[in-house]
Amino acid sequence: MRIFNSTVGRKLLMSISGQLLIIFVLIHLAGNSTIYFGWINAYAEHLHSMPPVVWVFRAIMLAIVGTHICYGVMLTLENKAANPTNYAVKRQLKASFASENMIWTGLLLAAFIVYHLLQFTVKVTPDVAWTANQAVVDVFKMVVTSFSNAAIVVVYALAMIMLFLHLSHGIPSFLQTMGWNNDKTIPVYGTAGKVISAFLMLAYISIPATILVGLLKL
Amino acid sequence: MSAHTSNTMTITLHVWRQAGPNAPGKLEQYEAKNVSPDQSFLEMLDEVNEDLIKAGKDPIAFDHDCREGICGMCSSVINGVPHGGQVRTTACQLHMRTFKDGDAIYIEPWRAKAFPIIKDLIVDRNALERIMQAGGYTSCHTGGVPDGNAILIPKPEADYAMDAAECIGCGACVAACPNGSAMLYTSAKVAQLSVLPQGKAEAAERVCAMVDAMQENGFGNCSNHYECQAACPKGISVKFIAKLNREYQKALFK
Ligand code: FES
Repeated sequence: MRIFNSTVGRKLLMSISGQLLIIFVLIHLAGNSTIYFGWINAYAEHLHSMPPVVWVFRAIMLAIVGTHICYGVMLTLENKAANPTNYAVKRQLKASFASENMIWTGLLLAAFIVYHLLQFTVKVTPDVAWTANQAVVDVFKMVVTSFSNAAIVVVYALAMIMLFLHLSHGIPSFLQTMGWNNDKTIPVYGTAGKVISAFLMLAYISIPATILVGLLKL
Repeated sequence: MSAHTSNTMTITLHVWRQAGPNAPGKLEQYEAKNVSPDQSFLEMLDEVNEDLIKAGKDPIAFDHDCREGICGMCSSVINGVPHGGQVRTTACQLHMRTFKDGDAIYIEPWRAKAFPIIKDLIVDRNALERIMQAGGYTSCHTGGVPDGNAILIPKPEADYAMDAAECIGCGACVAACPNGSAMLYTSAKVAQLSVLPQGKAEAAERVCAMVDAMQENGFGNCSNHYECQAACPKGISVKFIAKLNREYQKALFK
């Protein structure tokens, strides 16, 4: 089928899966923010009280992430092959560090997601080993203990810088691929992409940072 | 050009020399002496070539035709930018006054898998023609000369089509693209024909065929770096790529 094979079709799949992932990033941020209001345990409990919903949601997320990574890798490899020789001198006019490194910021984010899941979902990393013998895990305690470790906070901060880079190109890019663009909106989307990604980065980092500096404690 | 003595320049050129498609190539250094600021870039190369011929050496092969910025034949990456650093200017319209005495200039061919090198700075750009051919025909009446205003085209649409039609098919967009994609070129053609009544009938087939031809001819995928628009000597906007994307989505459901 066209959409799965053609150059523009596969870009559309990248764009749509990317948009769904951005929606997830927004919802996840809203969920995480409950920590500031002391509701995070209630929120976690509420989620886990409906296992079928959680599992269906996880399956869908896996399909979306899988699509985004598969086509991302495939398209990048094709692009490298289409431009095999480098110029002796090349002056970049418009491409940015973010746009040129989508594959790397993306793969680093994927690696981070695996770590993040092993840590707070599967709960097997050393910092959360103590939760193993608990009947009900105190999510607030788990998050606060883990983020009291500066090294872990640094990993999260770096991952969020990757998120910023990935989305600062990803947001204007998905709009262009959907065709929702014209001469007037091109520069606006470029700025909006940077502002929104910066907001997401700072908002996500605020949680571990607040814990690390001791503003949010047990 | 020896008449210009007061402000002539000496420029060091680093030119990509490659004897044939499969021969190894390398940058070679030449000295361009007595370069007048009024000369065009290609005239400067002409003089270097005359010296090379006099010395019994192989002149630098480069593409050119109209030398007035309308045919799209000239094609060199000059100091890392297709057609050189002056915005909206083809290499033939670039003047030596944009350089200074003592400058070094790197001159390389378009580089992309879809554009194999023929010799030195000349590349085979037939892949662009094949995309155009894949676009097929536009329906029109045969017979007598049609009345001038028989088909009304609103002014905004006519302007839009004309902006897209400014593309001279030089391939600078491909040369500039980190992915070796011909998306700007293809989109300019698709956009131009899809807004005009004469091209609308075949719009869906055309966009699919041209996108497929782009892929089959070894061009990469667009990832929205927008490097193409910045390098285009005609300033073709990436808004046409957005238009192609819209046309393609419409075609998917046809
Ligand atoms: S030679 Fe015709 S555009 Fe430069």
